[in-house]
Amino acid sequence: MAAEPIVQVRELSKIYRQGDLDVVALNGVSIDIFPREFVALMGPSGSGKSTLLHIVAGIDRATRGTVLVQGIDVAGLNESQLAEWRNQNVGFVFQTFNLIPVLTARENVELPLLLTRLNGSERRRQVETALQLVGLADRMHHRPDQLSGGQQQRVAIARALVTDPALVVADEPTGNLDAKSAADVLSILQALSRDSGKTVIMVTHDPKAAAYGTRSLHLEKGEIVA
Amino acid sequence: MALPLKYNFRNVVVRWRSSMTTVLGIGAVVAVVIVLRAMARGIEASSGNTGDPRNVLVVRKGSQAESGSLVTREHFRTVQYLDEVARNENGEAVASAEVIVMVTAPRRGGGGEANTLLRGITPRGIELRPQVRLVDGRWFDPGHREVVVSRRLGRRFEGFEVGGTLRAGPTVLSIVGHFDAGGSAFDSEVWLDADEARSIFDREQYSSILVRPRDEAALQSLVNRVENDKQLTLRAEREVDYYAKQTATALPIKIVASLLGGAMSLGAVFAAMNTMYASVASRTREIGTLRVLGFSRRAVVASFLIEGGILAGIGGAVGCLLALPMNGYSAGTLDFQTFAETLFEFRVTPDLMAAGIAFAVSIGVVGSLLPALRAARLPVISALKSL
Ligand SMILES: Nc1ncnc2c1ncn2[C@@H]1O[C@H](COP(=O)(O)OP(=O)(O)OP(=O)(O)O)[C@@H](O)[C@H]1O
Ligand SMILES: [Mg+2]
Repeated sequence: MAAEPIVQVRELSKIYRQGDLDVVALNGVSIDIFPREFVALMGPSGSGKSTLLHIVAGIDRATRGTVLVQGIDVAGLNESQLAEWRNQNVGFVFQTFNLIPVLTARENVELPLLLTRLNGSERRRQVETALQLVGLADRMHHRPDQLSGGQQQRVAIARALVTDPALVVADEPTGNLDAKSAADVLSILQALSRDSGKTVIMVTHDPKAAAYGTRSLHLEKGEIVA
Repeated sequence: MALPLKYNFRNVVVRWRSSMTTVLGIGAVVAVVIVLRAMARGIEASSGNTGDPRNVLVVRKGSQAESGSLVTREHFRTVQYLDEVARNENGEAVASAEVIVMVTAPRRGGGGEANTLLRGITPRGIELRPQVRLVDGRWFDPGHREVVVSRRLGRRFEGFEVGGTLRAGPTVLSIVGHFDAGGSAFDSEVWLDADEARSIFDREQYSSILVRPRDEAALQSLVNRVENDKQLTLRAEREVDYYAKQTATALPIKIVASLLGGAMSLGAVFAAMNTMYASVASRTREIGTLRVLGFSRRAVVASFLIEGGILAGIGGAVGCLLALPMNGYSAGTLDFQTFAETLFEFRVTPDLMAAGIAFAVSIGVVGSLLPALRAARLPVISALKSL
């Protein structure tokens, strides 16, 4: 395993204030994740998995502690820097796919590239490559409602990797899928870390899904266990 | 870089049920405003197109309008022989003494009666007005009880076809021709021989004199001479200036258009706001997704403003389509100086339609302002969690 971790989490805490009540979602979490790892983040509901993933992906901010991604202190970026950083460095896959319903598969995948300097033909080439990688080059012109759940999630994965980010995070990507589609999606994520050199962090409840990963981390009540 | 326009366009189309009310509401506002302005345009054109810059109109000092003016035969003779007046190839002074009389005639289709303006002209009267062309029949013969009416009046009044008649008290006048005055004020008139008119209506005097000076310098000199001659008690001004002043009648309609347009557009702004708020609410997670992908708050605001603009722009286009059938529709308005009906055509011009669409787009953008800001204020994370 490479010496330098791509993700370094130190003493990370996240506390939600609800009236007089403090909800501790994360409590002093420290982890290292190395390049090309495919980490399965497991734990019971409410244990803080999504919260951790969101903070690492630069979508949410921690209450205490630091997150370094490729040596960059994510908390030190202002909002617009963070948006640009996410665009270039993180691919996000949601449990509910979150494709834009009025756009075709190709247009959905192209969205993150609209924020780059690439011209139309360069964008097209990258979109086609990404869709080929998830095996949906022939569904380019379909809208999300013309695709199955598994196909939609594969389009979402294509969208997550079209900017060629080092890190791909996925929050229960197979949670809404049947076994066959889930296996397809997991194989693709596995191939990303094994063959394309990406680091993948995936939240899952399912031990069978976790088995696709190179390593599992367990959260309980906001703390890493074992 | 911003979100693609097709994204906004398709969202408007996909949400057609809620888009429809806004589109129709804005369409109605735009249609009303365009129609009112087309009416103002038509009224302006009906007097604006009237007059020839080379002509001078002479009325009695103190008269606001031709119809209230009295000019003697003596006056006509004096003006006719002024040096400044142009002569035609037969050596005749290009000047016409005219008589204005109001008569009532029945509208077609039992719409009651309306005043119409009779203009008695002397032989040079026609050549002084090259925009007036005979389009049917012939011109009247001096010394006969014959009239020529505008084709537009022909469509508006009972019996005003060529071969028909016009009653003025006990006198029956035959209609021997139709003319077209190119949308000018003369399109609301009936023409006959001036001396015939004086005898029928028992008028000792004329109402006005229209005269063509030799050139621009002569025109200035003639105006000065008439104005400064205390004996004449006449007023001379360029024919175009005289009719330009009559344009004032379009002002109330313009004011109504602005007030009504303003009031209705306020309602339309709220309609657009409502639709856009609903759209933002149902797309919370989508907005969060876009933010996660790296789109900025500013890009989200811009996108929703554009979407509101597109929505309202479609409304504006619908408004144009609703207003378009009014193009060319001819109507009468009461001239408060003569109490005669002035005919005009509604003019729905491309620039009016473009202005209507621009107006609609601005309604949409203004109405989307608050919804767009709400969309941008949504924290990325809560946007993701909403269903
Ligand atoms: N916006 C919030 N306000 C208050 N509490 C919150 C908020 N978001 C999360 N929490 C709390 O933080 C804790 C961790 O939530 P998180 O979503 O990370 O759990 P999770 O492990 O992803 O659970 P699941 O498996 O159900 O998705 C929970 O107790 C949750 O109620
Ligand atoms: Mg979760």
